[in-house]
Amino acid sequence: MTDKIVDAFTRALVDVDRLAAKQIVQNRGHDASPVKFAEDVVLPALESIGAGWQAGTFALSQVYMAGRICEDLIDQILPPEDPDRKNQPKMAICILSDHHKLGKIIVYSFLRASGFDLADYGVMEVDDLVEQVQKDSIEILLISVLMLPSALKIKAVKQKLDRLRCDVKLIVGGAPFRFDDRLWKTVGADAMCRDASDAVSVIENIMKGMA
Amino acid sequence: MNQTSVTSMQRVLTTLGHREPDRVPFFLLATLHGAKEVGLPIKTYFSDPANVVEGQMRLLAKYRHDCIYSFFYAPVEIAAFGGEVIFTDDGPPNSGEPVIKKTGDIKNLAVPDVKNTPCLEKVLTATHRLKERVKDTVPIIGVVMSPFSLPVMQMGFDRYFDLMYDKPDLFAHLMQVNQAFCVEWANAQLAAGATAICYFDPVSSTTITTRDMYLKTGFTVAGQTLAKINGPTATHMASGRCLPIIDDIAGTGTAAVGVSCHEDIALVKNACRGKLTVIGNLNGIEMCRWSSEDAENHVKAVIAKAGAGGGCILSDNHGEIPFQVPDDVLMAISEAVHTWGRYPLD
Ligand code: B12
Repeated sequence: MTDKIVDAFTRALVDVDRLAAKQIVQNRGHDASPVKFAEDVVLPALESIGAGWQAGTFALSQVYMAGRICEDLIDQILPPEDPDRKNQPKMAICILSDHHKLGKIIVYSFLRASGFDLADYGVMEVDDLVEQVQKDSIEILLISVLMLPSALKIKAVKQKLDRLRCDVKLIVGGAPFRFDDRLWKTVGADAMCRDASDAVSVIENIMKGMA
Repeated sequence: MNQTSVTSMQRVLTTLGHREPDRVPFFLLATLHGAKEVGLPIKTYFSDPANVVEGQMRLLAKYRHDCIYSFFYAPVEIAAFGGEVIFTDDGPPNSGEPVIKKTGDIKNLAVPDVKNTPCLEKVLTATHRLKERVKDTVPIIGVVMSPFSLPVMQMGFDRYFDLMYDKPDLFAHLMQVNQAFCVEWANAQLAAGATAICYFDPVSSTTITTRDMYLKTGFTVAGQTLAKINGPTATHMASGRCLPIIDDIAGTGTAAVGVSCHEDIALVKNACRGKLTVIGNLNGIEMCRWSSEDAENHVKAVIAKAGAGGGCILSDNHGEIPFQVPDDVLMAISEAVHTWGRYPLD
């Protein structure tokens, strides 16, 4: 049954059919809590769209619209201040150094639509970022970049955080990492995601390690 | 054909005619390495066309490739629209805050006057002087952003997607403005001496938009725009994928297509046979850490997969070599093309 709902929801998303998607959320039945719906339907749908993008069957326009639609729908049933969102490590996301926001916007939507909550730092330079992460006691930091020089700056972020003994896990993503699958190690990240939907499983793995 | 008597221009024209020249032509699409050659910071380098002329001529002599690349950087077009260009010491300049701040601004967007815009004039001056230097022996490749891809820099990617899906009228208006600019900008470069125009259109790639959306948007825009450009064009997907839309791309009237390293160039070449020349598809980002041996192997692989029968130009997959790629690697690529690219291939 859930499989059918996931398929129908995925179809509605890739067709950018907001009404159909909304109807599926509304018809989910009283026993499905918002968090359970996010986990059982929204996340698998977004993951299959992400995987389809990597495989070349879906386009980024669909990935982006899917994230937007889900974030709106989930916000309605699982508001930002809902206590169900709270039991999570302290996370933040930023764009490092360059002005290309789309990657971050998509990851942020995907994570929120999957029931996570995280701070959005916007565009940051190395020193400000390190300071903010320390101040907020962030445990998982997600960094998005589009330009190669920005990706290379992650190394400095990592070194400075280490020097301050901040125990932060770094998850990185963005085009340069999709073109060189060793780059994330070179810059000292803990993990790299090829698309936004990968972030959820990576975060869950990190959480298991923290527990 | 005898290798020494053949000019780069002849070599490239032969391959574009889907015949085998003396060897596989090699386009080293390097911009920032010109600054390295003349020993200037990137910002200073692009501030004076004389530097770019010198940089391109030195790259040509050093790497013995088959084109001059008169491209400065994509955001030069944003500067023409009154936007900001942000320079860094170790990479290409980027566009700053969008010039279209509210969707409503689209209605008031004016077409920049190509002949009276200093940043564009610099490119035209460089093109003209490069033409004086190489005459008809080496093709000069000018660059335009497609009217369909430019809005990412004009308004930000997220808002552009929203426009594409939700505001067809304003989208159509923006395309009109951008088309008028693109045609004038391309034709000015051709008049200044560019041999062909590379039409950068990665938003049309299936990495970014679906084929359905492409047929309604980027495809139509490309067909209309390329028809008004007074010279040959090549379409570049800037490392976005294109295999599912090869026939459509051929239908826009372009002569060649830039292929991503995320696609098998053998499959793309097959789909392009007789219709489009393939340009590609070395991975520029990975190139930063290649050894000379890696470089040679990658070049050999592209030639083996796509070289036969002409219709193939060896190049990187994005249309720009990252600043971090060492000269040794570029030299190894060049040597590999000169060694393994000779026709007949075996
Ligand atoms: C479309 C495109 C263009 C368009 C629009 C660019 C733009 N966004 O402004 C145009 C034609 C204008 C263009 C121009 C240029 N481009 Co361009 N372009 C592309 C292309 C095809 C897609 C870029 C894009 O915006 N994608 C959308 C984002 C959202 O995708 P993404 O970063 O991969 O993000 C996804 C995942 O990686 C993941 N993700 C992203 N961040 C994060 C973070 C975390 C934590 C996680 C979990 C996941 C995650 O989620 C996203 C969705 O699932 C790429 C190549 C490619 N195939 O990807 C080159 C690319 C980005 N361009 C590049 C360059 C260099 C340029 C120019 C500087 C060229 C020049 N010299 O002028 C200009 C600069 C433009 C500017 N704005 O200033 C390079 C950048 C790398 C480098 N060499 O430094 C790329 C990667 C090409 C390449 N292969 O080298 N470009």
